Amino acid sequence: MRYKCRRMHTVAFIARRLVGAIPTLALVVMLTFLLTRLAPGGPFDAEQALSPEIRANLEAAYGLDQPIHVQFGRYVQGLLRGDFGPSFKFRDFTVTELIAGGLPVSLTLGSLAMLLALALGIPAGIWAARSRGGASDRAVMALAVAGISIPVFVVAPLLTLVFGIALGWLPVAGWRAGRPADLVLPVLSLALPVLAFVARLTRGSLLEVLRAPWIRAARARGLPERSVLLQHALPAALLPVVSYVAPAAAAVLAGSLVVETLFGLPGMGRHLVQGALNRDYTLVMGMVIVYATLMILLNLAADLVYAWLDPQIRRGRRS
Amino acid sequence: MTGALWQEALQALRRDRLAMGCAVILGILALAALLGPSFLPHRPDEIDWAHMAEPPLATPGHWLGTDRLGRDLLVRSLHGLRVSLAIAFAATLVALVIGVAWGAYAGFRRGRADAVMMRFVDVLYSLPQVFFVIILTVVFGRGPLAILVAIGAFGWLTMARIVRGQALALREREFVEAAIVGGASTGRIVTRHIIPNLAGPVVVYATLTLPQVILVESFLSFLGIGIQEPLASLGNLIADGAADMETAPWILVVPAACLTLLVFCFNFLGDSLRDALDPRER
Repeated sequence: MRYKCRRMHTVAFIARRLVGAIPTLALVVMLTFLLTRLAPGGPFDAEQALSPEIRANLEAAYGLDQPIHVQFGRYVQGLLRGDFGPSFKFRDFTVTELIAGGLPVSLTLGSLAMLLALALGIPAGIWAARSRGGASDRAVMALAVAGISIPVFVVAPLLTLVFGIALGWLPVAGWRAGRPADLVLPVLSLALPVLAFVARLTRGSLLEVLRAPWIRAARARGLPERSVLLQHALPAALLPVVSYVAPAAAAVLAGSLVVETLFGLPGMGRHLVQGALNRDYTLVMGMVIVYATLMILLNLAADLVYAWLDPQIRRGRRS
Repeated sequence: MTGALWQEALQALRRDRLAMGCAVILGILALAALLGPSFLPHRPDEIDWAHMAEPPLATPGHWLGTDRLGRDLLVRSLHGLRVSLAIAFAATLVALVIGVAWGAYAGFRRGRADAVMMRFVDVLYSLPQVFFVIILTVVFGRGPLAILVAIGAFGWLTMARIVRGQALALREREFVEAAIVGGASTGRIVTRHIIPNLAGPVVVYATLTLPQVILVESFLSFLGIGIQEPLASLGNLIADGAADMETAPWILVVPAACLTLLVFCFNFLGDSLRDALDPRER
């Protein structure tokens, strides 16, 4: 009975959060649409010597001669059918096709980077907290501060310089049907800044939790240090890390623009940069809407993990 | 009261050797960016046909070497630093003015005005900011002003939140109540009593905003949607260097080191300043 009740609680929680995400998404769609229409000049300005008739035909073909609310209505209708409209610059592709091609690459890259950052960052933080003030603590923290201060667009070229060019261990760029070696440098570049932050966060939060009275109680009961650390302290200490997952994912998505451009990976990020450079409005709009949806879903996932880790929320006693 | 707090904070900061080191490095970098280019014999767009892609210290006159067009790397880096710093300070100032005014007013008025104003901040917060900054640069064209608008549009949100929290607390203080009883107008109370007492957190957060803005601007410039040639920020220079790193790695290393040092020092100084101003830390 209690179990069922808890599950109902979780379902209600997910439903509430999913419904809550709809206004944000609607706002993203509306703002991106309005902003791109606000821009001076149309998408065909760059092409020289268009006669008025051709321009009128082009605009009619893309529906740009309609009043703005009609255009917006059409765009939203298309979105609901999964149609992001035509790309103004890549004439042979629709935006939906470009997204469908790029999304798997970007998702692979991003999720591998997040996994790596968490899988190495959390243990590094625990290790540093255990040897507080010691040499390994200071080494981990110095590396973490360096990792936080060096942005992706510096890390990625420097890693390439060292491992790709000077040592020649890894391919410098390219994407041959997702060969694992091609992924190493991009994933590493994306993961390092997040890894550094996760390590620092875990260490700080673990040290704080270890001062709590219930940890002293666990030690007083004579539990081995290992289980005090991993079973009692760690779940509570991971809460700030879980809260950081959503901003970290945002940072990884932004970093993927750099990494995909630099390493020549056919992901969404590179299309977005190309779209921004070409002022290809429909492409930029579509990409931003997909990225926003991804981030909203990630936020939701992070909230669920948070609720699962935090006993106060888990038992439905939300104070 | 505030005077004593600041004095103590400065003393604490002065004892912090690393923080002072960062302050000195920042001072040197800022001075070099401001004055350096006028004292060096080259212009940033000057092409030395005889010395192209020379490594550092190889040619007299080009201390840090030249890029593939024979342009002096030291002068170009200092110029890039100047552009990055100028945009960072301008955008932080925009964030500061909007954020402090917004937050102080909302926190002081409380009630419905506060709810509406902070709801607006929440909504902007929920947007994927980097991508909206990209849209804004696409919309407003590229160049320093577009970047300023794009970064400024989101940069003030955290500042507004911090200031609002402080203003809510300040409003309960006796001197504010005295001013209300004395019949001072809302605008006067906000500008004369609330804002001057916010200096601590505002200074700390402004110091921490600067490196953020530098990173966003360099990120856009690296991708080619930020600062445009012939103007160059550190982000452009890093992109140039990355394109040539197989044959001339120093073109990448010089601006990359410059940017990293800048961001690290601002972050470190901001953190130390926060600790120094936090009475609980002492």
